[in-house]
Amino acid sequence: MTSVSSSSEFHHQHHFKSADHQYASSKQGIWLFLCTEILMFGGLFVGYLIYHSLYPTVFKNGSETLDWKMGAVNTVVLLISSFTMAAAINYVQRGLHKIAAIMLALTIACAGAFMVIKYFEYSHKFHVGTVPGKFSLVDPSCAAGGKRAECESKISALLKNPAELEKNHVSAEEVTRLKAVISQPKWEMFYGFYFVMTGLHGVHVVAGAFLIFWVFIKTLRRKVGPEYYTPVEGVGLFWHVVDLVWIYLFPLLYLVG
Amino acid sequence: MSSAQTKTEHGHTDHNYLNHGSGIWSWMTTLDHKRIGLMYFATVSTLFLIGGFFALGIRLHLAKFGATPLLEPDTYNKFMTFHGAIMVFMVIIPGIPAFLGNFVLPIQLGAKDVAFPRLNLASYYIFIAGAAIAASSMIFNQVDTGWTFYTPYSTAKTSNGVILLVLGAFTMGFSSILTGLNFIVTTHKLRAPGMTMDRIPLMIWALYSTSIIQILATPILAITLLLIGAEKTLGVGIFDPDLGGDPVLFQHFFWFYSHPAVYIMILPAMGVISELITAFSKKTIFGYRAIAYSSVAIAAVSFLVWGHHMFVSGQSTLAGLVFSIITMFVGVPTAIKLFNWISTMYRGTVTFEAPMLFALGFMFLFTIGGLTGVFLASTGMDVHFHDTYFVVAHFHYVMVGGTLMALMGGIFYWFPKMFGKMTSDLGGRISWVLIFTGFNVTFFPQFVLGAMGMPRRYFDYLPEYTNLNQISTVGSWLIGLGFLVGLITIIHGILKGEKASDNPWGAKTLEWQTSSPPPHENFTTTPTVTAGPYDFR
Repeated sequence: MTSVSSSSEFHHQHHFKSADHQYASSKQGIWLFLCTEILMFGGLFVGYLIYHSLYPTVFKNGSETLDWKMGAVNTVVLLISSFTMAAAINYVQRGLHKIAAIMLALTIACAGAFMVIKYFEYSHKFHVGTVPGKFSLVDPSCAAGGKRAECESKISALLKNPAELEKNHVSAEEVTRLKAVISQPKWEMFYGFYFVMTGLHGVHVVAGAFLIFWVFIKTLRRKVGPEYYTPVEGVGLFWHVVDLVWIYLFPLLYLVG
Repeated sequence: MSSAQTKTEHGHTDHNYLNHGSGIWSWMTTLDHKRIGLMYFATVSTLFLIGGFFALGIRLHLAKFGATPLLEPDTYNKFMTFHGAIMVFMVIIPGIPAFLGNFVLPIQLGAKDVAFPRLNLASYYIFIAGAAIAASSMIFNQVDTGWTFYTPYSTAKTSNGVILLVLGAFTMGFSSILTGLNFIVTTHKLRAPGMTMDRIPLMIWALYSTSIIQILATPILAITLLLIGAEKTLGVGIFDPDLGGDPVLFQHFFWFYSHPAVYIMILPAMGVISELITAFSKKTIFGYRAIAYSSVAIAAVSFLVWGHHMFVSGQSTLAGLVFSIITMFVGVPTAIKLFNWISTMYRGTVTFEAPMLFALGFMFLFTIGGLTGVFLASTGMDVHFHDTYFVVAHFHYVMVGGTLMALMGGIFYWFPKMFGKMTSDLGGRISWVLIFTGFNVTFFPQFVLGAMGMPRRYFDYLPEYTNLNQISTVGSWLIGLGFLVGLITIIHGILKGEKASDNPWGAKTLEWQTSSPPPHENFTTTPTVTAGPYDFR
């Protein structure tokens, strides 16, 4: 971040003294915004901690039904994307627009890969029926009637039907785990948190991908470069926070049982 | 005049921010903080009229006890909800920071604009979008939860209109965060040469502390509101006891924002009062540092007191005790401010123009509101007063008597700077008399009603509460009339006001050292500051 001082000729907005001044202000603004992002997720983390301590078995059994391999792959994908993002900032600062654009494109690709993997995880849960809260394991046809006990028995029947399970890629092991979850009272809590936390994170991944695409275009058009790279760096910081949130979500949801 | 050695060319009044561009489009796309401030003014005033309409409706309904009600019970609940939600989220929270703050903050700092002008305009439109989403719930699916959206009623029982209102509040929260962020960076980075942190006007200290609360508290509200939305649409059970969730967790989350939000409402008001008291006492403020730091102290303590909203929620006695004591701590920095204002007036050359009357009104009403707050902070008394009209009276004294008084005072004080014209002082004074009297007539009886046991939020009451309720209703008309007179005075001032000089009140802060109305970039040459903001003598 030392190269800005050489940029005195770069045009800055009228109310700033210099480009340096503008850069420092923008950076402070971005950091403040990121604080609010972390605080927003913080609310969910606090809730998770509370319910984890209230229903430890539910959260243990619930986390065992998640596919930690997919989560781990996603973690690696995001870590790589953070690296490519950091590299992109570095290349923009050095004026290497072409490779910077490639790095940004790679980051977007990683975001896409993350979401695709997430799609497979989510759709599997929809098939099995472990959707959040009051709709969990409830046959839509009987949800309206509200006879929950009856519907749950239907699910148990479903779990006993091998052909149906085959179709939804459910292994015998998973059946055992699902049954372990359902046997606990208040087991819906776990999926509530799982979907809200990963869902909100997913929204951030998508938003981040769009922002990266925005600076990708800027890079291609050479609107950013060694003398002015605030948008790239700001988006990069946002992306790192998105990554960071996942770094906490992954062990919390998938590993801590 | 030592606060700023400005070399402003006062002759340049023919070119200012109001005529810098013309046409509605130049306003819609403006990046000028002064114009954005005025756009907030117009928007918030409109919303205030709607919120006031609901308030008068509620009071009119309560004027009569028993059968033949004016409003159906269900309609009454909706009136109450929209009155609360509009006034809190759309009037009092954005009122002073987004309107007066936007207008004044950069000029007082000697800056040309806020740090992020485009973001500033974006926050305005985000606010509009949020207000529109929230308002659409009035058309599509009305809400009857009260503005607090308490679970499980809001998530499990009532209509889906809650989603719209909650989404609107979420969006407006975003706007609040972005404005706060903008103010913090502006205060840190754009102060004029010589404007050290211990020379910034107290209005800025207040706005700065407010911005810190906005940044730290609003995200929690955001996640809480998102969770309500998720509960209603997806059936996530985090607050729903049927699924193992906990409605009391909602209260913790909600008040963790909404209590600090009370200080988002009142701190800027205190900033305005600091400006008014010095300007109309013609005296250096007493205890500048004490007032400045007490703003920050209030902001800090505000995060530790949310549990006083939950004394009867079943939290532990210890928690109640701790929250009770910490709540009373808020009184310390608040009293510091009040005593300093009084000391400032002592032996000052006090004059009683309309803005000063509003400032005194603030001090009077806020003191009553604050002292009754101590009653409510005491756990034993709170159990008795809980959810009665005593609480209603208390928070109206604080929020309306405090914030709206300061807002009106601030409008009349900065009006000459905004439009280069004077308002009729008589109009302002009449408005003040009506609002101040009406306010006490409306809300003082409610303390008594509350102590007698009349519960809040109910659409009907026992016959013995009739007289006091009728007095209260008459008072509400006086308030309505007072604001109407205020509005007429302001519109008259804009259209036919006398031309204002650059510094009609003889104040010392920087905004009075530039022309009225200020040029597009606030100052023709950047001012250099050599002394504190209130160097009268």
